[in-house]
Parts: sequence; C-alpha cells; structure tokens
Amino acid sequence: MVRSSIVTLYITSQSFPYTHSHYQLLSITIIPTKMSSEASTITSEPPTTAVVSIGSLSTNDTELTLGLPGGNSRKSGAKRTFSVTTDLKLGGTDRSSLECSVVRRSPSSKEQVVGWPPVRSYRKNMAKSGCKYVKVAVDGAPYLRKVDLELYSGYQQLLSSFEDMFSCFAINNVMEEMKLMDPVNGTEYVPTYEDKDGDLMLVGDVPWKMFVESCKRIRLMKNSEAGSSGMYKSQLT
Amino acid sequence: MVYSLPEEVLEHVFSFITSDKDRNAVSLVCKSWYEIERWCRRKVFVGNCYAVSPGIMIRRFPELRAVELKGKPHFADFNLVPDGWGGYACSWIDEMSRAYPWLEEIRLKRMVVSDESLELISTAFKNFKVLVLSSCEGFSTDGLSAIASNCRNLKELDLRESEVMDLSGRWLSHFPDTFTSLESLNISCLGSEVSFSALERLVARSPNLKTLRLNRAVPLGKLSTLLHQAPQLVELGTGAYSSGIRSDVYTGLSKAFLGCKELKGLSGFWDADPSYLPALYSVCSRLTTLNLSYSTIRSPDITKVIGQCPNLQRLWVLDHIEDSGLNALALSCKNLQELRVFPSDLYAADVNVTLTEQGLVSVSQGCPKLQSVLYFCHQMSNSALITIAKNRPNLTCFRLCIIEPRTPDYLTHEPLDIGFGAIVKHCKNLNRLSLSGLLTDRVFEYIGTHAKKLEMLSIAFAGDSDLGLHHVLSGCESLKKLEIRDCPFGDTALLANVAKLATMRSLWMSSCAVSIGACKILSQKMPMLNVEVIDENGSLDSRLDSCLVEKLYVYRTVAGPRSDMPGYIWTMDRESANRI
Repeated sequence: MVRSSIVTLYITSQSFPYTHSHYQLLSITIIPTKMSSEASTITSEPPTTAVVSIGSLSTNDTELTLGLPGGNSRKSGAKRTFSVTTDLKLGGTDRSSLECSVVRRSPSSKEQVVGWPPVRSYRKNMAKSGCKYVKVAVDGAPYLRKVDLELYSGYQQLLSSFEDMFSCFAINNVMEEMKLMDPVNGTEYVPTYEDKDGDLMLVGDVPWKMFVESCKRIRLMKNSEAGSSGMYKSQLT
Repeated sequence: MVYSLPEEVLEHVFSFITSDKDRNAVSLVCKSWYEIERWCRRKVFVGNCYAVSPGIMIRRFPELRAVELKGKPHFADFNLVPDGWGGYACSWIDEMSRAYPWLEEIRLKRMVVSDESLELISTAFKNFKVLVLSSCEGFSTDGLSAIASNCRNLKELDLRESEVMDLSGRWLSHFPDTFTSLESLNISCLGSEVSFSALERLVARSPNLKTLRLNRAVPLGKLSTLLHQAPQLVELGTGAYSSGIRSDVYTGLSKAFLGCKELKGLSGFWDADPSYLPALYSVCSRLTTLNLSYSTIRSPDITKVIGQCPNLQRLWVLDHIEDSGLNALALSCKNLQELRVFPSDLYAADVNVTLTEQGLVSVSQGCPKLQSVLYFCHQMSNSALITIAKNRPNLTCFRLCIIEPRTPDYLTHEPLDIGFGAIVKHCKNLNRLSLSGLLTDRVFEYIGTHAKKLEMLSIAFAGDSDLGLHHVLSGCESLKKLEIRDCPFGDTALLANVAKLATMRSLWMSSCAVSIGACKILSQKMPMLNVEVIDENGSLDSRLDSCLVEKLYVYRTVAGPRSDMPGYIWTMDRESANRI
C-alpha cells in the first residue's frame, strides 16, 4: 500500500502534530515566507515555512532518495532512506531563523570556546606554569637569592630548596617547628616572610597556597633575633 | 551430550571464561547456562551507570567480587557537562554494601563519590582489595583516611586524575603499622604534602608494592630513599623532578635507579630539570611506558632519553618533542604502540614549537606496531593523513586535534575529508576516531561506508547538514558512543535513525541543531531510551517545539528515567506529554 502525504507546517507557531506512528519523518525543508505576526521577533530574519515530507514505511521507489555509494543496506523492517529536497539551507551556522530564546555565542577568540581544545582541566591545571619569584634574604649573607614559589607544592620542598641554595643549612624539624640550622656554629634560622600587609610572619602557619599568594619576600632570621625558641610554635599540617 | 554435564562441571569450565563478551555469550546459550553463569560471574562492567540500576545488577549477579562503573559523559572532561549533572556512586555503594559483603574491587570513572561512601566501603566489605577512582570528585582526604584506617587487605588505591578536596596530607599516616598488603598506590592528583616519614614507612613495609605514583609535593631529594625501600617497583611516578643544583641528590638518584631492576614504567616529572634526566638512564633500556607530558623539557633532552629506550611501547609527551624528537622516536623505538602528544600552549596562535604533521608521519613510518594515536597540532594536510593511513593500517585508535577549529589542509586549503577518509578506509580495525579540522558531509560518507568496526566517534565543528549525521548513524554498524559538538546536525538525521540509538550506549549532541520537538518525538518513539535535554536557560515549558536545545544526551537503559536529575535537565515524561 503506497501512501505518502505532504504536510505543510509553520514551525514557528505550532507544535509538531505527530500522531501516526507508522509514518516516518523523511525530510524538512525550510523556505522563506512572508512576514507574519506570529513570527518570532528575536531575529530579523524572515520566518520560514517548513515543508515536511512524511512517508509511510512502504514508500514506493519513485521517492527521491540519496543512496550511499555501494547501495543502501536495507535492514528488515523500517526502510531508512533519506530524502533531500531542494533549498535545504540548514547548513553552517544559519540556525538563527529557528532559534527562540537560546542564545548562541560565536566565539571571537579561542579562549571563549568552552571545552576546546579538548584537554582535561586536570592536565591544564598541572601544566600551568605560574611564576612567583620572591627575594630570600639570610641574616648575615652578603647577597640575596630569589625563588619561584610556584615551583613548590609545599613547605617541605621550599625548605629543601633553601638547603640547596644556602649549602650551609640543614633542615631542623624539631617538634613540628620549621627551622634551618647551620651545623658549623649551631645557629638556628627561623624562616619568616613579609606578607601583603607588610607584616613579618612566621613561615608555615597558613596553608601553602595562601602563603604563596600573600608572600612578598622571605627572610631567614637568626634565632637570637626571632626571640627565644619555643615562644612561637608554628603549626605544620 | 554437553547438556548432560553436571552444573559443577559447567561452573568450573565457566570459571576460565573471564571476558565480559564471552560471559554474555555463554549466558545466552540456554536457560540453565544463564542460571549457572549468573551465579558464578565475579566481575561486571557497567559502561553507563544509568543504563541499569544497582537492584537489577544485584538480582542477576548475586556473587560479584568486582564492579566497574562509569558515570558522566566523556565530554564532562572538557567542562561541557554542568555541575550537579549526576553520576552519583552513593546508591550503588549503598546497595552493594548490603548485597555483596565479599566485594573486593570497585572501579569508578567520572562519578561523584562522597566521603560517606568511602567510609562505607571501608567498613562494609571485609575483604576489600582494590579501589580505583578515575576522574572522580566529591570526596576529601577524610574519606581516604577511612580507607587507609579500615581496609586491612587493601592492595590497590588509585586516585588517578580525581578532584580531591585536599584537607591535609595526614590521611596517609592512617595506614596501620600492621598493614603490609599494598601493591599499587597512585596519589599523583593530590596537592598537599603527605607526611614523608609515613610514606617511607608504608613503602618499607609493603614488599609487594609494584606501582607507586607520587604527587608533585614529594621532593626529588627524597625519591632515592623511597626507591631504596622499594627496588621491586615496576611503575614509578616521581614527584617534582628538580632540586636546584645538588650533586648529592643526583648521585643518590642515579644509584637508586640502578637498583630498580624491574622498573618498566615512569611518569610524573613535574617541573623536570633536564640535568637530572641522566640519573634514570640505567632503567631506560627496560622501559615500556614513559609519560613526560607534565614536564616542559625541550626536544634535545627528550630525544636523549628516548634514544635510550628501545623497548618503549607507550609514550606520552608534550609538543615540546617537536618533529625532530618524533623523528628520533621513529628511529629508536620500533616497539612503539601508543603515542600521545599534548599541547603545551593552548592559546598561542604562533607557535615557538616546531611540531607539525611531519612528526606524526615519521612515527607512522618508523614504528610498525603503532596502534593508538592522540595528536594535538596546528596544521595538517590530506596527503599526510593518506600517508599515515597507508603506513599504518593496523591503527585502532586515531584521535587528531587540530587546535584551531575548521582548519583546512594547509597546503591545498581543501577540507580534510579525503585524509580522514583514507584513515577509515585503510585502518579496518579502527575502533576509536576523533575528527578535527575543516570537514564537510563527505567525510561522514566515508566514515559510514568504511568504519565498520568503529565504536567511538568524536566530532566537533564539522559537517554541513543532517546528511553527515545520517551517514554515521546509518553506516557505522559497531558504533557505541557518539559525541558531537558544534555541528549543524539536527532533527532529520536524528529522527531518521531512532532505532540505531537503541543499539548504542549513548549519544551526546551539544550546540547542534536539534529541536525540542524532535526530542519529544524521540522520547515517544523509543521508550527504552532516556532522552535528556540539558538547558540552563530556564524552563523549557514556555518554549516552542522549534526551539533548539543546548545539549542533548541520549542513552539506552533498562532502568527507566533517572530520579536524580538536576533542575536544568528536562525529559519527556511518558505520562504528561507536556513536560519539556
């Protein structure tokens, strides 16, 4: 039994009446029509008429089809042909005539495209190479050094780098206090820093990331200047 | 004759069958085989946690020992899935805690896991052995404390790429002194320092430790200590790989690596200082896996390392390797199977890194066993793709990302249709493909015609019309997962291929041209699919059927619509046709 019917719809003003389950949507053609008062006013494009071809499952062979190279492989049951009528101008980004309230961004620069290029944020974060160089002064040393705080993930690493840079030091972690010691003369150095407010702070009290953010410069202070040891207990996590 | 075999014999035979596919086939033979099989199935893989409910799984497989679940769609990795989407492990873990007291292994990917769930895991399963949380989120180091404290027989704790609320590093110290069964530990995603002495003692008392992936905070100077405690390691992920100019660190490291006779895989290398690379030369000849993708070392240094690794099978690296490094790779590493080249600078228009299509062509030529490629670059040509396809018909996974969307062949300015066409035509066993560059509907015609074994396809900024999507849906017989963004594919192709969607695991379409009306129709026609519209712009009820949806996620399920959808997900309720 061959039956096919063409239904013309005004897509912008009516919901799609689809009641016959044995009909199969074959194509939608959009052609411009005259401006009507029911048209969407979101865009300045003229509203379009949709010409919808609905064919029954047993459409005859005179139906326009676009066969794939090598011929369609037909599965039993539903025939899956694809009719392309003319003027199918739905290509590219010309979707504005169908849009209602969904706003599309056309990215003006790469940064604006969400999720592109497809790199996991985990990897993006790991690859981030920040740069936060701060001066490191050691009491009694002739010159200062600089370290990039972004290179370290924690206080232990930072102290290790002080061990490297000022080769006379050894880290002295006594009772959770962070100190550096010169084994030659037994002098202890307490790591302190100047924060954004200009205050002199003990290194190690705040979470690492907070420290990196607020640290302006570092001073390894001789313990005699810092006050009697044990007066200020640092808290390491 | 075979039907008269007693159950015990059949069960014994089935115990040698471990592949999921084979097990599924066995269960289809006859009713009694189905029954026997389901009672002795020990592990299950659920590719979409919403395709089935915990209850259904428990009813069918009452004696599982290992469960693997995946939650969010793949594009969640690239921030395309809003927060609160779902993928909650909670209900699964709750029900399994009651049904499987002897459960040993839980593997979750892209799921939301809470500390309470971790605590439950640690107490409910007396013989719990393996916890793998891949790209998961929702838990903190407190949950890890519970696992450490309570899982007496834990063998594997792998947090790969998860987002953990890092409250402190103290959790590691909760492994009791009597705990000695650890075989694999991956904490590379954690930010805060763990107590080094606790880590050292843990490693020292774990004679079976084979895999150790440290986090960035473990200083290089301490690495040799750990290696001395664990010379039997097979896979090592270093912490930060730099330490200023310290000759004693270097010497210590060299010596430690010399002692690692079993080491086959290396990763980590954050902030890698090239002067420390020679310390690991002694293990290079045995290396099969090398992940340098978190280090910014330059091509000459990378080349020196690679030159020492003739047995390399898997290499992950940044584009700093450049064409010159890839040429060297092609010469030295004849056993290479997998290559991933990640972009170092995501937004630079002009690159100071000379990585082009030539590097990939060289590797395709020089490495006969190459099967899997992930390659980020800025330019590509059809001729290069054709050459690669002809060189390597044994490719099974080909993911190319040309960073600027819609970039044409840089030589001819044509679309890259024929290049990718050659890939699908020559690589008959291709099961995964990601497209990029300027592409018309034609490339999809080639894919639909040739890519018969393709299971996963990722498409972005490609195609001209619905015809493209139609080619894929009607031609790719093995297609399981299709994810599409920013393509002019819409209602026609979708509705012409509704039956296909029930043969696939899932379909994702975002920023395409699918309308609300089409989603309603799809829902009506296919009750075995969940058709979920993601739209954060407010109620869909007031919008016309012609309005386009932001994002669409369609997947087959036997569990019905899910009950944990956030407010911005809309579905077609079977009862009330006006839900969307």
